[in-house]
Amino acid sequence: MKRHNIQLNEAGELHHFLDVEGLKRELLVNILDAAESFTSVKAQQVKKVPLLRGKAIVNLFFEPSTRTRNTFELAAKRLSADTLNVNISTSATSKGETLLDMLNNLEAMHCDMFVVRHAQSGAAHFIAQHVAPHISVINAGDGSHAHPTQAMLDMFTIRRHKGAFADLKVAIVGDILHSRVARSQIHALTTLGVTEVRVIGPKTLIPDDTASLGVHIYHDIWEGLRDVDVVIMLRLQKERMSGALLPSEHEYFKLYGLSPEKLAIAKPDAIVMHPGPINRGVEISSEVADGPQSVILEQVSNGIAVRMAVMSILMGQTFGKEKGASE
Amino acid sequence: MKILIKGGRIIDPANKLDAQHDLFIDKGLIAAIGQAPDGFSADQVIDASGQIVIPGLIDLQARLREPGQEHKGTIESETRAAASGGITTLCCPPDTIPIIDTPAVAKLILERAKQTNRVHVLPIGALTTGLKGEHLSEMHTLHEAGCIAFSNSDAPISNTLVLRRAMEYAASHGLTLFMHANDKWLAQGGVAHEGPVGLRLGLAGIPESAETVEVARILALVEQTGARVHFGQLSTGRAVEMLQRARQRGLPVSADVAVHQLHLTEMDLLDYNSYCHVLPPLRSQRDRDALRSGLKDGTIIAICSDHQPHDVDAKQAPFADTEAGISAVETLLPLTLRLVDDGLLELSEAIAKLSHGPAKILGLNAGHLGLDGRADVCIFDPDTHWSLQEDNMQSQGKNSPFLAWDFKGQVTHTLRAGRLSYQKPESGR
Repeated sequence: MKRHNIQLNEAGELHHFLDVEGLKRELLVNILDAAESFTSVKAQQVKKVPLLRGKAIVNLFFEPSTRTRNTFELAAKRLSADTLNVNISTSATSKGETLLDMLNNLEAMHCDMFVVRHAQSGAAHFIAQHVAPHISVINAGDGSHAHPTQAMLDMFTIRRHKGAFADLKVAIVGDILHSRVARSQIHALTTLGVTEVRVIGPKTLIPDDTASLGVHIYHDIWEGLRDVDVVIMLRLQKERMSGALLPSEHEYFKLYGLSPEKLAIAKPDAIVMHPGPINRGVEISSEVADGPQSVILEQVSNGIAVRMAVMSILMGQTFGKEKGASE
Repeated sequence: MKILIKGGRIIDPANKLDAQHDLFIDKGLIAAIGQAPDGFSADQVIDASGQIVIPGLIDLQARLREPGQEHKGTIESETRAAASGGITTLCCPPDTIPIIDTPAVAKLILERAKQTNRVHVLPIGALTTGLKGEHLSEMHTLHEAGCIAFSNSDAPISNTLVLRRAMEYAASHGLTLFMHANDKWLAQGGVAHEGPVGLRLGLAGIPESAETVEVARILALVEQTGARVHFGQLSTGRAVEMLQRARQRGLPVSADVAVHQLHLTEMDLLDYNSYCHVLPPLRSQRDRDALRSGLKDGTIIAICSDHQPHDVDAKQAPFADTEAGISAVETLLPLTLRLVDDGLLELSEAIAKLSHGPAKILGLNAGHLGLDGRADVCIFDPDTHWSLQEDNMQSQGKNSPFLAWDFKGQVTHTLRAGRLSYQKPESGR
């Protein structure tokens, strides 16, 4: 069943960035290439480029976030755009003003782009379906569904360290069930042609249906990490402990926490990633998090370049061979 | 008032009738089929040539939203919509505001329905007070006030002892229970079928076991108490299997299915279409096929609309923040006729699922066109092509995933107790 992809305009170019799923490899590579061109900006004395001068970008965060919002804001400023941060606790919308009322208000301020984070899956799609046609929407995380810019900055980090994607084995460890980051990473990795994507964790966090995403499921981390090139640890939300999903942090760390011993099972040059913020001693030990194989802080700085790339592309900037992307 | 319905093809599954005949109605009853009774002179003649005349439809579950949620629908608006869909009898579940756990609320609904005078409305009483699952309602008193059956609607009865007592008490008085099989804990927080699609979309899942575990619990108690239980709106193939085995063993159980479950699946959620947000959720294609087979083999005896009209705002939000349910009385017949076009059911079988089948569950002398029976009749043109649009919907709720679908077969007249309750505008006949 062929559906219109709401993310693309009639020319097949990215208009919204809501989800990695359903995008062609060329589009993803184009984002990575564009991000590469922005990494040099950091090194310059003047960090700004005038690509989005006169554009107004609204950070619309219905869920608290520090890191993601900061990097989006920095990315927008380095592109010379005007930015507005709107933090809305979800209770504010339930007190009468509907989400659509709020969007209409913001549209009336002549904004060009919404960066949206929301606790409900599909929220960014909903907003993209209802905004005026000239406005682009970037999904900065919707429920358990998607976090596409995080996935792209992870891909960027992997490519910088490993070069090509084709022969890699990548393991994602932790709470896949509730993770929007994991879903987007899986789609990005499979789209970019990674040979083998593994997910590691107990059945309570990795339902059997996860295999339908094109991944191999491991419940034993000692098997799952064998010979992998990239280890991605997911943040374990504290509230998972209060439900019946896991018995304790202690047992979770014992079974799935990334310690130097477990990391030794992976390839010697394997890199360790984490979308942050990390829970030391829960999903990862400090030795590993601060160790030589960790690229966690690099991910953060790469986040700015990748978000600059996505914002520029959505606002119509062309980089390299983008025109071929719709083939 | 004497009415002659002339020249239609009469299909009456209960009486195994399928032939072209005239139908004569007098004093609200079926006076004759074929030959006019002595001295019959029609006050009104309805030309039904080229059309199909069937028993008025009986809908086992339709929410009218009154009392309590008149911004979504009223007894006036929703019975008008139901009549336009060929429905002459419907059951409304007890989750109105206030809840149907006192005779006063039941009587209020019956009174309003009588005033609007379009559909026989049969309230279903609350099985426990306030639907809280703690204290038995006054079932006998509610029954006397007009409640046709008893249900806890979508609210759980977590305490199995309360459930057992409720079933025993109902069984003592020969009352039928309508159960919605949904284990509260397994379904907690869920908004979509637990499966590959829900996982991909990041929507919290309601597993198949939320239905099967509850069906198993209830079946075990049916065995013990002898209560007569009807399962409403089954959604999984496994539950159909369980029902089939229970019926083979002679347990007094039956089941219906909501018509949308026979046409939509989890795949329809892929663009987060909130009109496809229903409970129980749209499940896999395998489940849909099993529900269809259950319908064919008789395990599922009725098709209902599970009508739930909503205001616009209720569906305008990210998927999980929207309210569940479809405005469905107007598509009950056309979607059931599609099952005939799909080759699943014979036309008379399909009609039985909307008339004779539900009448049996309710123990009503209705759903047929037998002599001296009440003249509840639906006439439809099997060849009219039409498409559902917001502005041609009669219901106050326009929340239908079937908007813009093309249908074949449209109701032209509905008669309730021998009186026109709906006539298609400019039907051109």
